[in-house]
Parts: sequence; C-alpha cells; structure tokens
Amino acid sequence: MLPFNDAGLWSGLLCGALFGFVLESAGFGSPCKLTAQFRLSDWSVFKVMFTAIVVAAVGLWVLRLAGLLQADALFVPTSFVAAAAVGGVLVGAGFAVGGYCPGTSVVGLFSGRLDALVFLVGLVLGTVAFAGLYGPAIEHLMSLGEVAAGDTFATAFGIPDAVMLALLGAALVGVFVLGGRMERARRGPVTAEQAVAGADEALTH
Amino acid sequence: MTSPTAATAASRPVRPFWPPLAAGIALGLVLLLTFVLTGHGLGATGASTRLTAWLGTEVAPQATAANAYLGPMVEGGNPLPSWISWQVLGVALGALASAFWAGRFRVQIDGARSVGSGRRLLSALGGGLLAGFGARVAAGCTSGLGLSGAATLAIAAFVFLATFFAAGLLASRLVRGL
Repeated sequence: MLPFNDAGLWSGLLCGALFGFVLESAGFGSPCKLTAQFRLSDWSVFKVMFTAIVVAAVGLWVLRLAGLLQADALFVPTSFVAAAAVGGVLVGAGFAVGGYCPGTSVVGLFSGRLDALVFLVGLVLGTVAFAGLYGPAIEHLMSLGEVAAGDTFATAFGIPDAVMLALLGAALVGVFVLGGRMERARRGPVTAEQAVAGADEALTH
Repeated sequence: MTSPTAATAASRPVRPFWPPLAAGIALGLVLLLTFVLTGHGLGATGASTRLTAWLGTEVAPQATAANAYLGPMVEGGNPLPSWISWQVLGVALGALASAFWAGRFRVQIDGARSVGSGRRLLSALGGGLLAGFGARVAAGCTSGLGLSGAATLAIAAFVFLATFFAAGLLASRLVRGL
C-alpha cells in the first residue's frame, strides 16, 4: 500500500532535482518571467501551476480509487483560513516586489542570479522577524478561522472529489483560454533569450 | 552581444523554455511521485526555516534555544539534516544542471538593467523578507501550501492561492521591484 513514507536523503535529492530541473525548464528562475504573471503579459506561472495541480490531484484520486493509495496517509494542510489568507498576501506581495517565491529563488540563484541570493537572505531575515514576534498574538492569528468540519472540500463541505477535479479541470481550460487571450493583447511570454539577458526597461514596464 | 557577461550564455546556444502545458504535466508527475514516495508534497521554506534555526544556534545559541518558535526546532540538535533540506539541495542541483545544459546559466543581477543594481538588491531583500514572514504565518509557501496543498484539494491551499494572486497583482502596480 502506498505511500512508501520514505524520509531519506535519496528520495529528497531525487524529488528536489526533478523539481528544480522542471522549474528552470519552465523559465521560473527568471524574476522577469515570474512577475510577468502579475503584469498579465505572461501566464506561464498559472498555466504550469494549474496543470501540475490537476495532474497530481487526478493521479492521487485514481491511485486511491484503485485501492493502491491509503487516503488518510497523505499530508493535508490544516484549514487555518485566516493564516492562509494573510500568508498568501505577504508571499504574493513579496513575490511581486522581490521577483521570486521561496522555491523559485533557489532556481534563480542556481541559474546565476545574485539578486536571488539577496532574496534568500531576506527570507532568512523574515523568518528571524517572525520568530522574534512569535507569541500568543501570532498564535491566535494563525489558528483563526479554522474550518472545524475538515481540511478538504470533501470533508468540510461534502463536495465530492470528482466534482472538485471537474471544477479544477474547467478552471485550467479557463486559465489557458483567458491567459492566452491576454498574452496576445499584451507583450506575450518572456522568451529564454530575454530571460537570460535579464530584465530591462521595456520588459518590466 | 559584445558585453563580456554575455560570454557565458553565448558559449552554448540558449534553448527555449518548455511550453507551459508540457512543463505543467512534468511538474504534476514530479509532485505525484513525491506524494507516492513520501506521503507529502514538495516545499521550500521548511528548509529555510531550519537554516534560520541552525544559523541561530551558531550566532546566538541561548536566544535561539529560548525562542518559542525556533527553540523546539533545535532541541534535538542540528535541525538541518531532514528530508526537506535534501529536497532543496536537489532543487539547486536540478536547476543548475538544467540552466547549464540549456545555455541559460548567466551570472548577473537580474533587474539591474531596468531599475539599477542598488534598487534591485533592495527590492529583492524586501521581497524576501515579506515572503519569509508570510510563509511562517501560513505555515507554507507557494510550493508547500499552494501547489502541494491544492493537489490534496485542501481548503487552505486555495485560500492561499487566491490572496497570493490578488496581493501580487496589487503590489506589482504599486511597487516596481525590477
């Protein structure tokens, strides 16, 4: 019965190396390409993320239906809705201003970008600031708005997984159609040549 | 292409990025493999938090041990050896291999040409700070909570992705980071 629950060095290196290879191949080491999602001129971030979410979610669903995967053995984040919302705002703002999210800053650094190293220093300092302020007030914020009934749409609201997957599939088509339309109306996706040359006035304005 | 910094890129032809659909399918399969192997998804800030705790024990051991957030993390000794640390090390190696193979490795301050080096490094530092703090509030980042959580159809993941996008749209109109 899956999962293997492997917490070892080799599975970490393997999953990480594949993750890093794919992220760099998608262009996600380039802060110019990443932030173009927020300028709505390059929808690669949402296209890649939504496709990956649908592929992985459908895969997990099929494995579970086939009786190969133990359903309650997977890690599901707790539904602390307020914490997720506040954290999402801060990580989104940090992404737009700094040009990376935490994972892609590692990809940026290892494709030669020194600004990504500085982003990583900021990441550590932000963690220090959080630890310094950590106390009852932050703990209260973090546990706010928990959906008591459950952590997934199925357990909390009774929406069957198959319905959620169908909705996600529809959203995925929407992202490709709407995103493609907006890309054509604007500058369009940042190419590898442009990304390697680095952000310039014309690309980021 | 006469500038000396272009030499590293020019030594190998720059290959195009993968189309988003192909990259997304590949990323989804890697995420699925990770769930099957480990029971959880991919992440990033788990490692940077452990790195912060380890740096704390090197710089200010007593304050770190007494801290309510980092203290429990260093109780059992060095917090660095852990699956998420190996995974992030793997991300670094995988990105390096891909960037070199595809002629996309180039040492630069990306954004120096658009806003200047000083301002670019400041925006990178400020953005990192916001993201580092935010990821601790949400107990996850774009990879760990947004991507991996959404694959398990978790409510918190979709709330995170929605406010992440809204704040990013707004912030990119108010502040020019690069």
